[in-house]
Amino acid sequence: MSYTPYRVPVLSKIRSRNLISLYKKGIRSDQRDFMTPRNISVQLGVIDKADGSAWVRLGNTQVLVGIKLEVGTPYRDTPNEGVLQVNSELAPVASPTFEPGPPDENAIELSRVIDRSLRDPKAVDLGSLIIRPGERAWVLWIDVYVLDYDGNYFDASMLGVLAALMNTKVPDYEETESGEIIIDRTKGSPLKLNRRVVLVTSAKIGDIILIDPNLDEELLADSRMVLAFDEQGTVVGMQKTGLGGYTRDELMKIIDMSRKVSQVYFKLLDQALQNAGSQQR
Amino acid sequence: MHVRPAKFFDENGRRLDGRLPDEMRPVEMKVGVLRNADGSALVSYGKTKVLAAVYGPREPSQRYTVLPDRASLFVRYHMAPFSTEERKSPVPTRRETEISKVLREALEPVVITDLFPRTAIEVYIEVLQSDGGTRTASATAASLALADAGIPMRGLVAGVAVGKVDNVVVLDINEPEDNFGEADMPVVAAPDLGLITLFQLNGVMTAEDVQRGLDMALKAISEVVEKEKQTLRSSVEEVEVE
Repeated sequence: MSYTPYRVPVLSKIRSRNLISLYKKGIRSDQRDFMTPRNISVQLGVIDKADGSAWVRLGNTQVLVGIKLEVGTPYRDTPNEGVLQVNSELAPVASPTFEPGPPDENAIELSRVIDRSLRDPKAVDLGSLIIRPGERAWVLWIDVYVLDYDGNYFDASMLGVLAALMNTKVPDYEETESGEIIIDRTKGSPLKLNRRVVLVTSAKIGDIILIDPNLDEELLADSRMVLAFDEQGTVVGMQKTGLGGYTRDELMKIIDMSRKVSQVYFKLLDQALQNAGSQQR
Repeated sequence: MHVRPAKFFDENGRRLDGRLPDEMRPVEMKVGVLRNADGSALVSYGKTKVLAAVYGPREPSQRYTVLPDRASLFVRYHMAPFSTEERKSPVPTRRETEISKVLREALEPVVITDLFPRTAIEVYIEVLQSDGGTRTASATAASLALADAGIPMRGLVAGVAVGKVDNVVVLDINEPEDNFGEADMPVVAAPDLGLITLFQLNGVMTAEDVQRGLDMALKAISEVVEKEKQTLRSSVEEVEVE
């Protein structure tokens, strides 16, 4: 069952009015223009016990993604492919409004948007994760942990997932004569990716569209549009989220804007990945 | 699991069920089908069949959910165990949780909740038979049930899913087109307000396809909403005659 959220951070009337009058002048509280996302930084391999991991910051929003590979069974309808599983947690450490307990509808929505955006464009080469067709395959567990929430966990999480996937090594294994699979995690080969995907979120505040909303902007927003793009700029997923609605023309404009921003994300991520090795926490 | 059809179109460009790419399945709707609910509706798009019931505005069963300035909207989308090819466990899945959320967000913009502070308006949706497009048929059923319950709304909504199969954008996809097509794009809109309130894409599409699909969907939605109005009007007239 889904119900109107009752536990939402409150934005004071005076701050709301202030922010909206700023937007009308084309300014945002953090000095960005409407099309510019926040800075991205990435640390790779922060969790030794995971097969791939990344700690990503998008402005003050922080997300940790851990990837684990386990031996399991392939799905009956895809006997020649490994299994992709995405789970996310809006951990109570991240916000006074996140509650402990099993993933709520927001966490489930986040997981499913990431899952679809990877699965439909075949971003991960699942064929390379088969061990014995129909019997044994790698299960690729992607666990997304939102650690600090200052708006837009969609984009931050997907950047984290992409960085973690690029950091993932598929362990070496040996099959014994009895068919047992012995894993050697000290050695492995990089996970094969077919395409890279990012999410681009925009917030609609009145008739203003802002890319990569921070928390204040999300609280002010009527609704948000989350779009998934590959590097060629093809739309590989969409999700409207929030209480409001869009006109047809707004949606077409948002697709156009968001595509441009997706290219910025790929560039910023690559820059962050280049700096990732030398970064200090 | 079904087997992928060898082709989705015949030599005349007709689909597996004989429709043209921009043709909807037969849409049927009926309101006031349940006695206990304050409002109810039964909607079918071809073989897809959905029942919606509305209770409220009434005191919320969970007090902590109360909002001081408006009604809370509760939406539950649920599939009956017999609605699918293989029996579906009645335990709610992640998919049903997500669909409940996006449907609530598709209805909130049209329900005038500030007229009923501190109350709950509950919408219960049961998918009785699933053949593609269940969330969009659910939006149509919910819109009718809310209106049938006399809940003030800014406008009626309706939904339809467009998709892409064998590189052709098609309207109102059925199950094989959903399972084996390249994309599924459900749309819910309030045509009288010019507002799109649910919009998702599951699959790969160019921006041109999205635009073509969206325009196709909006045209069909206007027609379904017209049918909703006729259905509601005739349900009211029947009572007056008695």
